[in-house]
Amino acid sequence: MNALLAATPVPRDLPLPLPVPEWLLVFCLVVFFLVHILFVNLMVGGSVLVVVLEWLGLKNKRWDALAHEIAQTITVNKSLAVVMGIGPLLCINLLYTMQWYSANALTGHAWLLIVPLVITAFLLTYLHKYTWDSWTTGGRKTLHQLTGIAAALLFLFIPLIFLANVNLMLIPSEWEKVKGFFSALSIGNVLPRYLHFMAASLAMTGLFLAGWLGRQGSDFSHLDGFTRPELRRFFYTICARVTLAQFVLGPLLLFTLPSAGITTQVYVIIFSGASLGLLTLWVLFGELKRPDATIGSRYWLIVLLFSLVVLGMGSGRHVYREAALAAHKTQIKERTERYYTALAEFNKAHAAMPQVAEQSPEQLFMNCAACHAPNVKLVGPPLTEIAQIYAGNPDGIVAWAKAPGKKRPELPQMPPMIHLGEANLRKIAELMLIKGAAAAAK
Amino acid sequence: MDFPSFYMDHLAGGRLIIGLIASLHVLINHPLAVGAYPLLTWMEWWAHKNNRPDIDRLAYRITFIVFIVTTTVGALTGVGIWLSTSLFAPFAIGSLLRVFFWGWFAEWLVFISEVVLIMWWFLTWKKADTPEKKKKHIRIGVALSIMSWLTMALIVAVLGFMMKPGVWNQTRAFIDAMTNPLYAPQLGFRTFFALMTAAVFIWFTAFFFTKKSSSGDDRPWRLRRWIVYRMSHVVLISMLGVFLFGTWYWNCVPETMKANSSVALLTQEFMSWHGQFQSLLGWTVATFVVIALGGLSDIFTVPRWALLIPSVMGIWMLGHFERAREFMRKPWVIGEYMYSNGVHKDELAYLQSEGILKHATYVKHREVTEANKLECGQDVFMLACSRCHSTTGLNSVLDKFTAMYGADKPWDSVGMTLFIKGMHQTRTFMPPFPGNDREAEALVAYIQQLRAKPQTLHGAQTEGISFSPLPKGPAMTAETQPQR
Repeated sequence: MNALLAATPVPRDLPLPLPVPEWLLVFCLVVFFLVHILFVNLMVGGSVLVVVLEWLGLKNKRWDALAHEIAQTITVNKSLAVVMGIGPLLCINLLYTMQWYSANALTGHAWLLIVPLVITAFLLTYLHKYTWDSWTTGGRKTLHQLTGIAAALLFLFIPLIFLANVNLMLIPSEWEKVKGFFSALSIGNVLPRYLHFMAASLAMTGLFLAGWLGRQGSDFSHLDGFTRPELRRFFYTICARVTLAQFVLGPLLLFTLPSAGITTQVYVIIFSGASLGLLTLWVLFGELKRPDATIGSRYWLIVLLFSLVVLGMGSGRHVYREAALAAHKTQIKERTERYYTALAEFNKAHAAMPQVAEQSPEQLFMNCAACHAPNVKLVGPPLTEIAQIYAGNPDGIVAWAKAPGKKRPELPQMPPMIHLGEANLRKIAELMLIKGAAAAAK
Repeated sequence: MDFPSFYMDHLAGGRLIIGLIASLHVLINHPLAVGAYPLLTWMEWWAHKNNRPDIDRLAYRITFIVFIVTTTVGALTGVGIWLSTSLFAPFAIGSLLRVFFWGWFAEWLVFISEVVLIMWWFLTWKKADTPEKKKKHIRIGVALSIMSWLTMALIVAVLGFMMKPGVWNQTRAFIDAMTNPLYAPQLGFRTFFALMTAAVFIWFTAFFFTKKSSSGDDRPWRLRRWIVYRMSHVVLISMLGVFLFGTWYWNCVPETMKANSSVALLTQEFMSWHGQFQSLLGWTVATFVVIALGGLSDIFTVPRWALLIPSVMGIWMLGHFERAREFMRKPWVIGEYMYSNGVHKDELAYLQSEGILKHATYVKHREVTEANKLECGQDVFMLACSRCHSTTGLNSVLDKFTAMYGADKPWDSVGMTLFIKGMHQTRTFMPPFPGNDREAEALVAYIQQLRAKPQTLHGAQTEGISFSPLPKGPAMTAETQPQR
């Protein structure tokens, strides 16, 4: 048992209270995070689709045109993904201060790399979008495709950094095993989380594009190879098939979670979400069977159902996180309280102690001793020398110490000591002269 | 600090990275967002009013650059400040977040609107093809200019608030930021600085879009003349603002410094900064005047490369300006509350009496013994020094002691221990040593060992963590045991 106890670090929390009620932070975390991850999904899923469709476009130009249309949405979604990420970041920093920052530090290099990697991915996305009409043939087209692939690969990698952190923060008992970012990937269930996230990205992108490109007022002037119902059907199909796959990937994620946070409540929430997901899928497949004239008429119902599923899964995820960290949070709270009780007692006793009215000259001299030794030159001249220069003139030392100049080119300039007070400086000066004379006499 | 220590030995513990990311953010935010949006909106309005499609086109092309840079490097360096501070100083950013939550939350909301507006403005530019649509489009630009200035105004308030010692723990009111004596001059200085540098930026980029065509068409040349003439005016007027607010700031700082800190050495170091700021302000203003007057008279006397001179001067001055914050904050990370190594003011005496290792989490040992002295010294270094100093890299402890005791002489361990315990008296920007005597000795032993055999120290991001069991306390009950 001792080995087990030793394996979980229990740090002290920051002593400041949360700035807002905890329930409000939880609400903000769950809701803002889902908004953030929706745009992340559209950014990641969109960039993967663009790569595939642009490649298909080599044989049939209409896919190239479609890829171009999707590329226009990525640059908008990526900006929203970033800006909407700040709110949940603030919330998770506040709610899980001790676990979140620790996970960040343990994967520190990768965590810091997020900044240049995302900047590069974004610049590549812009390059890909704005060179679409100019890099069209031969080697230039290949270069264009490679740009898209490079951006997509970065978008495929960066989520791993976040997932590693989200995963690691839940398992403090494993922190001791972590030696850098890559080792953090082998702890917990990063891979199932990643697969679930990627599938969600494709499904959400499919749903979004079915609505965005399939909307009544959308501009089809660049998409003459397609009809509106055709596009709706195409993106609905992507959404439906990938969501079907989630019924394998979802349980894979659930059953590979470390068991510490699994409670009946978590199962109830997740399985309710999953049954709602089944209903959603049924409506979605029903929609796919509709004729061209009416396909898309249930779009907002499907969006609503998906939102409820995602909200359910997001809440389940939070309930799991709370349960997984309940013991750790309690331990931290106890340790923090113990520490601050002891600290308060110490400070009370300390304040009750009679104030040392005056420091003795010897104590005061400690301020000088690190630089001025009796007869060797340390940082400043030795006391023997000082005693020689200021023999019978302690006030000279006081005047110098209040506003030192620079006399010796080989030594650093002395800092002013005026904060010790004139009376104390005078005491020190007198002691210095005695000490210096004594050392010289030896 | 009770977090695993992220630490980079080369870069003064790594905090230089925060500085680099934050400086890059400011250098993009001021000229390309806060300053450029209103000027570009004005160009769009002028083009609309005087029916000058060439000016509209020029504004659009420059906005394209602004759009690309601000939504990539600009936005991500802003996020990067969060990401990097949470690595290097989680104790500080975690505490600040609990105090200034509403300030940052409000800033986030304004930031969202700024991002939405820049995308809306730029991406619908070419779709605004009727006078009615154009009018509406110009209004988006106006809203964007206001929002982008507002994010700066809010964040400057948060920064000012962070620096004002001893106020928040009494009042905890956000409004105190606005009553900070440095707030108004700082905001004014930054606003005009942004306009001034933005004008030079627009001027500079316009040269790429107004190249002379071979067919003898002089329209690009006339457009260039038009933009240079206007931007010269903007530079001259905003330079006056920079000068006035800069001088106001320069006059406010000493009083604030006196109120904040009576400490002599800090003032001594600060006064040298202060003097440098004055001369930098003068020289920067002078170069901008020369350039702007050149622009007013004849554009050919101002070649493109010459515009880089005031830009570099401006960057230098802004960097210098930002450093004032460092001077004023030391040795605190939150004034009169938390030292830069994460030790709270009210726990200092406790830790000095009990020892810092005893109450830490990520340490190998809790009591210093002869056998574990070096390992303890390394942990003490990590806890007490590593947020600002490296072992062998930039701003290393070895350099500091070499400057004091010399490179060729043996260092006296007793003297070093004495110095460490009293250094906050003589080096007033240093926090007091937050451990007991045995720990100070262990630290000195570690430094002596480093000197004899310089070795890179690795942080938690590569070495992982090690920790020893908690000291005695109430026995753990079954409920509080970690469940596996």
